[in-house]
Amino acid sequence: MKHARVVYNGSIHHAIEKKGNMQLNDGQIVKENEVIWLPPVGPRTVFTLGLNYVDHAKELDFNVPKEPLVFLKGPNTFTGHLSKTYRPSDVSFMHYECELAVVIGDTARNVRKEEAYDYVAGYTVANDYVMRDYLENYYRPNLRAKNRDACTPLGPWLVDAQDISDPMNLTLRTYVNGAVTQEGTTADMILGVPELIEYLTSFMTLSAGDIILTGTPKGSVDTKVGDEVVTEIEGIGRLVNTIIGEDTLTKTK
Amino acid sequence: MISVKLKLKGMQQFMRGTVDFKEGIVGINGDQITVDKLPFDIPLSGTVYGTILNYKGAYETLKTSMHKEPYKEPPKAPILYIKPANTLISSDAVIPLPEDISELEMGAALGVVIGTQATKIAEDEAFDYVFGYTVVNDVSIPHESVYRPAVKEKARDGFCPAGPWIIEREAVKNPDELNIYVYINGQLKQENNTSNLIRPIGKLLADVTAFMTLYEGDTLLVGIPENAPLASVNDHVQIEIEGVGKLQNTIKSEKNLLGGL
Repeated sequence: MKHARVVYNGSIHHAIEKKGNMQLNDGQIVKENEVIWLPPVGPRTVFTLGLNYVDHAKELDFNVPKEPLVFLKGPNTFTGHLSKTYRPSDVSFMHYECELAVVIGDTARNVRKEEAYDYVAGYTVANDYVMRDYLENYYRPNLRAKNRDACTPLGPWLVDAQDISDPMNLTLRTYVNGAVTQEGTTADMILGVPELIEYLTSFMTLSAGDIILTGTPKGSVDTKVGDEVVTEIEGIGRLVNTIIGEDTLTKTK
Repeated sequence: MISVKLKLKGMQQFMRGTVDFKEGIVGINGDQITVDKLPFDIPLSGTVYGTILNYKGAYETLKTSMHKEPYKEPPKAPILYIKPANTLISSDAVIPLPEDISELEMGAALGVVIGTQATKIAEDEAFDYVFGYTVVNDVSIPHESVYRPAVKEKARDGFCPAGPWIIEREAVKNPDELNIYVYINGQLKQENNTSNLIRPIGKLLADVTAFMTLYEGDTLLVGIPENAPLASVNDHVQIEIEGVGKLQNTIKSEKNLLGGL
């Protein structure tokens, strides 16, 4: 089953996919373009993997790290399907990152990789934008580059784990204005979903609703104001986002 | 009258109270209770962000390396990290010492608790967005490099004691000039003052909210002073911030933790 969190008629609903439309928790059937999409899971603790695909690490001139490169994201950075993300006017390189997002289903500590899938509730798609101009070599990738407001679209759907037979063999694609700019497969992850759960739970507790963004393959291209960026993962979903200019967000006193 | 917001174990809602620092007494709903009798719970509800290299002394320690690999140049914007939900514990709770680790760094931090959603705020208005202050121990496994995010070193269960309460903004006259003391087993091990911040609180809030929103209830740690004291199994750690509160915790082996509660 596919689940979403949406705003319809002033209320937040849990919705499920129903033959191309969606059914809200009160039974109403509505069209996908009649709702406002929220991230399918209200973000709690969210991990992101850097350099978890060999080809992307090479693209950025990095060796594959000895210790997994993990960083955390705050709730401010998440936004839903069909959202808008702003590009600061002084940035010269802002790129998307199409990533498989793993949603944890239960409290997990010291989980062996053989049992790791028992702790997965489902999967969704993340677009983990980065402003490369703001990268600094302190706790890199630093929050100014990676944790900006509405800079990590998530969704549209949370797909139940049992509906995805092999999460480690899914094609990822990003389209900018309709043209494919990034293509890879989750089979090329350095640490796969079970290994990541084993690694994180070896030193801390994961809880239901925690999310792991598993990194992105090669194919990072600068995106400009007005671009429509679609990050898509086979069987999981097609997440649409549009880049807008910073001037639309200027605060006035 | 010094006003605080606090949470007590066994109750879902937050309480309001008053504190008499001199007598060590908290007033709640007309009752006067000594501080050490109160079963404090975690007073924080939002996301906890920390700041590195914001004490002059901490910055100086790394300064000679800042032009070398891997840093290449000094930091420009505030460098932040997140203490996720699993790290939060209350005052008087036990800090778990991981099995393969012998010592932990006690990071004495003033926590600024946000009162109003803050995006791109001006330095001279920053305190309008502050609800109050708390004491936080940003516990870390000692690590020298700050090149990569220190999730494994900083995000372990129980690595962020906070409390015992949030003291209201108005009760702290100048948060940019507060003495900080760290005692381990009753011995003073560290002393510093928030006047040594490179970015004082207003400037830090302005520079952070220039790139990300802080929500009501979020907490921003203003920095960790240099030479964070080390503590080990069975040590009692107390962090005192003048006019804000005393946070105390004991370290126990992670292996025996649940039995030891």
